[in-house]
Amino acid sequence: MTQDTEKQEFNITVYTENQIGLLNRIAIIFTRRKINIDSLNTSPSEIESIHRFNIVITESEDVVRKLTRQIEKQVEVLKCYYHTNEDVIWQEMALYKVSTDVIAEKVSVERLLRENGARAVVIRKDYTVFETTGHREETDNLISILQPYGLIEFVRSARVAIIKDSDGFNRKLREFERLEPGEDVIENEYLNQGQKVFTM
Amino acid sequence: MEAIQEVLTETKPTETIVEVSGSVALLEALIVEGVDTIFGYPGGAIMPIYDALFDYNDKLNHILVRHEQGGIHAGQGYARTSGKVGVVFATSGPGATNLVTGLADAQIDSTPLVCITGQVFAHLLGTDAFQETDVINITTPVTKWNYQVTDANEIPEVIAKAFYIAKSGRPGPVLIDITKNAQIQLFNYKGYTPCNHIRSYRPKPIVRPQYIQEAAALINQAKKPFILFGQGVILGSAEQEFKTFVEKSGIPAAWTVLGAGAIPTDHPLNVGMLGMHGNYGPNVLTNECDVLIAIGMRFDDRVTGRLDKYAKQAKVVHLDIDPAEIDKNVKSTVPVWGDCKETLPLLTALVDEKQHTEWLAKFNDYTRQEVEQVIEKELNPTTAEMTMGEVIKQLNEITKGEAVIVTDVGQHQMVACRYAQFNNTRSNVTSGGLGTMGFALPAAIGAKFGAQDRTVVAIIGDGGFQMTCQELGTIMQSGIDVKIIILNNRFLGMVRQWQELFNSRRYSFVDIQSPDFVALAAAYRIPGKVIDDRKDLPSALNEMLSNKGSFLLEVMVTKENNVFPMVPQGCSVSEIRLK
Repeated sequence: MTQDTEKQEFNITVYTENQIGLLNRIAIIFTRRKINIDSLNTSPSEIESIHRFNIVITESEDVVRKLTRQIEKQVEVLKCYYHTNEDVIWQEMALYKVSTDVIAEKVSVERLLRENGARAVVIRKDYTVFETTGHREETDNLISILQPYGLIEFVRSARVAIIKDSDGFNRKLREFERLEPGEDVIENEYLNQGQKVFTM
Repeated sequence: MEAIQEVLTETKPTETIVEVSGSVALLEALIVEGVDTIFGYPGGAIMPIYDALFDYNDKLNHILVRHEQGGIHAGQGYARTSGKVGVVFATSGPGATNLVTGLADAQIDSTPLVCITGQVFAHLLGTDAFQETDVINITTPVTKWNYQVTDANEIPEVIAKAFYIAKSGRPGPVLIDITKNAQIQLFNYKGYTPCNHIRSYRPKPIVRPQYIQEAAALINQAKKPFILFGQGVILGSAEQEFKTFVEKSGIPAAWTVLGAGAIPTDHPLNVGMLGMHGNYGPNVLTNECDVLIAIGMRFDDRVTGRLDKYAKQAKVVHLDIDPAEIDKNVKSTVPVWGDCKETLPLLTALVDEKQHTEWLAKFNDYTRQEVEQVIEKELNPTTAEMTMGEVIKQLNEITKGEAVIVTDVGQHQMVACRYAQFNNTRSNVTSGGLGTMGFALPAAIGAKFGAQDRTVVAIIGDGGFQMTCQELGTIMQSGIDVKIIILNNRFLGMVRQWQELFNSRRYSFVDIQSPDFVALAAAYRIPGKVIDDRKDLPSALNEMLSNKGSFLLEVMVTKENNVFPMVPQGCSVSEIRLK
């Protein structure tokens, strides 16, 4: 029972239709319970017209279970799962912008990249952008290294996670798509046509 | 025109294509969905739909309400008595925002509604145009589904989805916001196909036979089983299946406010109402039963009181169509996911035929105590002033439990639910979950449209009546027959009761003055009467009920009377107080 009520990070995976407003509908489920979303990633899935959300929150399993049922109850949600960090393989990507002069002058770039599993994305005269992927502590590590050399800008992505213990939802999704293909979303078609289309 | 009509009335896509406006497509969709009555209020952004409606006068009965909130409550009343989907029209901006209370009410009480709101032209969206509000975002938390239409081509399919979502599974309100250009736009209409499937939507969970077997085994072993039933029985049209289950298993059954009437009030196994102002026995014995069988109810906090002291000794079997309700408030031992119309017969087949005579007698013992200490005083008072309970008792005697009772929110609501006789299902229309004052008068109008052959009596407090009393105008104009009883205690009674019990009688702003209600009704050409002497009660009720058309009866009742029993907030159900 204690396991059920102890707070820890949970990864919530939601498969949805591609629908305007759905993000809001899902977010409301968290906000009305005053639960903070630590990380939220949404992107098209491997199947066209089906989107995948990755949501990370720190909560008890009891609460997370109820949340996933509320999410799955939404009309446009196909499926919602939740997993602990142990049950998923997850990554975050980070970009770091630093002055090329400073970095070239003061740091052994090659060593820095090798030790932190990073790579240079762009090298320009005025700045260089590095990229690294990993868990939070790994991406944090490179911040602390680059900070003394005048880190100009930093950005980190939301978490993406793959569920370890399953054959994935891909097969089910493909079946869904084969039997019932998604519809093309035509929304707000007239938004940009202004008075040309209608006057009244 | 004939060719158009042919295509329009055809419910399947046809070869023939006609050009119609979005508004016409909408109205045609409503007709195919079996809509006969619409409650609404026009405005600039929904004018094209109203313009089209002008030609549909013979097929669609539009009731002009006096406020959009009245419109949506009327839609709720209609849906609750008819079992159909209530349809409401409102314009953009303030028209749409006035629907929010009703949407929230319908959402929490699982009432199927399709609300159509007009919206500004699509090219004006997001520009703070005149009467523009972000209706989709405002209504997202209080709708089962909502959608904004900006292109007329979408209308047939979206309306079909709206009706399917509103009425299937656990029903609820749906809002469709249609921009003005989509209402006007002409498009090639290929016919209307009702929706019965959405890829991502599973209205009914799969019934798992294993859980039915486990539930039956628990029930068969139980010495003190107890059934709690809610509106799910009514929404699933499973009244007969439920009655068969109760009668075969011989288990005492108690109801939530919205479950009232799913089985007749005087059924020998109906042991009364649950919850804060429910009956003594069902509340106390919840903490004594060994197996609790919850059917189509959601363990609302008004039912459970303090959760950590709620039925801890009992194994819980929970039957519900909404998987999100299982284990939400009370942890179940065996969950039975599914529509109770399907699951109850499966369960009935496996339960033993029994009579729990001794166990049932315990409920009757508590009933006797409650009658002595509370009910007798309420229904047969010796005081000079009338009680709310005696009015309901007299009403029962005259209507013989056949009336639809629509109540507002407050003391009168609890008294009516406790003492009204419900011989039929879909007879108790009240705002259960949201507790919306101002609900009853417009809901009663809708209830009568939904059940035109039945007597509809609205029982309303003096406070709630003044929140939506402008709907007397709707009664006047539509000529609908609604009997209105105002139980006037010159107080916001329920708040006053709490202030008396928990705030040392500090009556903070509950002393409400009222207008001359009879004169107000007369201004709307509705006859009425006020009484303050009990000897006039039977004749006044008879006069009201025999009057052709609506009638307003104001009954002056005891000023400071409390509704008991009561489970004070934060207490366990077994700590229910009789005084």
